Amino acid sequence: MGEGVNRRTYSEIGWRTVAVVCGVAPIGFLGLFFFYPVINIVTSSLSQGWAGFTDIFNSSRTRDAIWFTTWQAAASTAVTIAIALPCAALMARTSGKAGIWLKALVTVPFVLPTIVVGGAFKELFERLNGSVGVPNLNQTAAAIIIAHAFFNFAVVARTVGAYWAGLDHQLEEQARTLGSSGSHVFWRVTWPRLKPAVFAAGAITFLFSFTSFGVVLVLGGLRQATIETEIFRHAVVRGDLATSASMSVIQIGAVLCLVAVTSHLERRTNVSTQMMRSAIAPMRTGTKTTIAVLSLIFLGSPLVVMVERSFKVADGYGLQSYAALFNKIPQLPTTAIEALGNSVIYALIATAIALCLGVVCALAIVARRDAMGRFLDLAATLPLGVSAVTVGFGILISLNRSPVDWRTRWWIIPTAHAIVAVPFVVRSVVPMLRQIHPSLREAAALLGSSPLQIRRQIDLPLVARGITVAAGFAFAISLGEFGATSFLPRRADTLTGPQAVFRLLSTPGDLLRGQAMALSVVLAGAVAAAVICSELLASKRKGRSEVDMPIGS
Amino acid sequence: MRKTNVLLGSICAATLTIAACGSNSVSQEEATEVTLTLVTHDSFAISDDVFESFHAQTGITVEVLTSGDVGSLVAQTILSAKNPVGDVVYGVDNTFMQRLLDSSAIEPYETPALAHVPDQFELDSTYRLTPIDYGDVCVNYWKDALSGPAPTSLMDLVSREYKSSLIVQNPETSSPGMAFLLATIAGTPDWEDFWKQLRINDVAVTNGWEAAYYGDFIAGGGSRPLVVSYASSPVAELIYADPPVDEPPTGVLLDSCFRQVEFAGVLAGTEHPSESQMLIDFLLSDTFQNNIPMNMFMYPTSSTAELPPEFVQHSQITDTPLFLSPADIEANRQDWTERWVEIVLG
Repeated sequence: MGEGVNRRTYSEIGWRTVAVVCGVAPIGFLGLFFFYPVINIVTSSLSQGWAGFTDIFNSSRTRDAIWFTTWQAAASTAVTIAIALPCAALMARTSGKAGIWLKALVTVPFVLPTIVVGGAFKELFERLNGSVGVPNLNQTAAAIIIAHAFFNFAVVARTVGAYWAGLDHQLEEQARTLGSSGSHVFWRVTWPRLKPAVFAAGAITFLFSFTSFGVVLVLGGLRQATIETEIFRHAVVRGDLATSASMSVIQIGAVLCLVAVTSHLERRTNVSTQMMRSAIAPMRTGTKTTIAVLSLIFLGSPLVVMVERSFKVADGYGLQSYAALFNKIPQLPTTAIEALGNSVIYALIATAIALCLGVVCALAIVARRDAMGRFLDLAATLPLGVSAVTVGFGILISLNRSPVDWRTRWWIIPTAHAIVAVPFVVRSVVPMLRQIHPSLREAAALLGSSPLQIRRQIDLPLVARGITVAAGFAFAISLGEFGATSFLPRRADTLTGPQAVFRLLSTPGDLLRGQAMALSVVLAGAVAAAVICSELLASKRKGRSEVDMPIGS
Repeated sequence: MRKTNVLLGSICAATLTIAACGSNSVSQEEATEVTLTLVTHDSFAISDDVFESFHAQTGITVEVLTSGDVGSLVAQTILSAKNPVGDVVYGVDNTFMQRLLDSSAIEPYETPALAHVPDQFELDSTYRLTPIDYGDVCVNYWKDALSGPAPTSLMDLVSREYKSSLIVQNPETSSPGMAFLLATIAGTPDWEDFWKQLRINDVAVTNGWEAAYYGDFIAGGGSRPLVVSYASSPVAELIYADPPVDEPPTGVLLDSCFRQVEFAGVLAGTEHPSESQMLIDFLLSDTFQNNIPMNMFMYPTSSTAELPPEFVQHSQITDTPLFLSPADIEANRQDWTERWVEIVLG
């Protein structure tokens, strides 16, 4: 019943037209830079014959790959949620400086080159094996799952944490007053209302693990092929584009099913709450410390290995590897620091594009509960689930003729990054928007606000928290992006940080290796700095206008 | 509240402006003089002044576009055949060249500079691919980690003495891994049996070169003294050593070396065919050839080129490398790798 009222109010204020306009811009952008290239490469490769499909389903190797891809992604998602949920609870309760540091720390793994993290984990597994007797996890599915949890920890901790902080905690307080135990309150009162954010974060984690490439190759067993590595193998190693396109179709199909299911779940459990009346219940200091320490150990261990190596020089420890980042060496077309500068510029541009597109998409998805909204939901999430090979080769054969001969333009790199980041923005913002109680908008409309004013003055400030989280993700994704970038033809002066790390590690020599580690540490530092800056900006704004809690009683 | 909008708005505006500026400057450059685009893989590296000297000689500017590894370069070149992203492709090797020769992506050009290139490198009788550099994929050993003498033949690798010593790459995902599989096919009496024995001898396998070299090999703190790498790796270990050393810590098993030759070719559909041919000539000139070793750790194909002192002193390169014809490789790649997977990973 509440939904009916909601919808009528929207049409009364003429929101429908705004939604249509809002929907068109992102669809146009995603259409040109993502859907057109992907459809083009798949159809043109399959035009050579559909025989590939029967071959694929007859091959046990491919069936194994599909099965392995699916179960490892599901397991990675479950493990990530289990590990990161306590940290989300902690983040919901931590504000001020400690909160900002926590947010910066959990986001760092995102930008770390998989080859570096893979090496660090490998060493860690070996040390654990040698010292504590834990079975060596190298080249097992467990290693892949742990690495996925490491990379996606932030998605769950930050998305759910921010959502959790925004819930109305009066219900919990009442339940507690009535004598319910802590865990009872969580499972009966908090968990049902957290679900939309958990589904959103889970969907992102699943997609990320589903299409993961580097982690599978570096840490996985040799027979553990995934759909993504099979697409690469067929297209690049064998030059068999028809089979790789068939695999892409299977991948896209699976991703569409997944997104449809999660967004259905997300809608069904859609909880719009009143604005916060009561603050979140405090956590015991002991619990807080335990969660913080455990999270720190999990996220920090691979980082420590990396930092240690970056300072290691011939006669002990020193800053030589860092100083060398400023020098031009033959293995790189620009200095490592210039590559880092490129990465930061691309990341800023990609963040801007991803935020504009993602927020507009999210507004339209929440406003339109019809087929159009659902379509946009799928369209904005799909880029995360499509192989980098497919997108890269698609752009190569699609944006190749005037007036869109753009395949070698430098800005195609940040554009590709932005497309990968859009799903993160949408998934961070949609649950936040759904959290806003319709009465707030209705009240504003009654008082004579135009739909645009409502967007601006109610929706945007209220989802600012989600946008800040999303901006951090978008920046980190672009800064750490490797796959899609490497399949685009690039000019020498567009070298990015992760590309530079990879190149430094592909020639033997301790000096080059030290520089690769130093550059990885600087990349990690850059993303931490970006998260800290955006959080400081956000908290300053909040402090000035108190927009987070416009009505409280 | 208003601030959010202003911020979002200005970011959008800035993005559009930057994008617009980028496209303007490029089209202006194109109008004034010929710019050639050299399309290559991500391992390409050359000193800045090399193409500057080409510009000084000819007035032609060279821009380099890189994308992915060799396999990805070949796939992209074939995908964009007739409407190429550049004018000249460089870096296609003999393990992938047949695929490119079977396509219509490159045009014939017989450069006079081939006069200085030994016949062993000329693998394309149609003159569409010109040999520019070469290098070998060989087993490397860490000198100090060997208890006995270094291995001297491929067959030594299956002896007890080198049990649990060797680390190789998966030929399905790694190009040195593929080259070493080809080495064993060309260099052992029965390659399938060789790999069966190697497996019994506890060979380790990784998916990529980095994971092997910096993982289980001594160089990365691992315990295995033998790894599949390049003939030039010891020279790189010397040049980028920390602390500096007089002798490379690693050596090369010359009997295990598979030769990789890298080629360049004029892309069909280029708007500047004659300038592109000049660039092919230049790639075989001493200016370019002398610059190859220290930048790419490969060897020049031209007999008039000179090796830098580090290479002369410390690099070991065999006169009788293992070799298979490009057509053979392309025809059997799938069968060989599938058989390898069954034997080694099955």
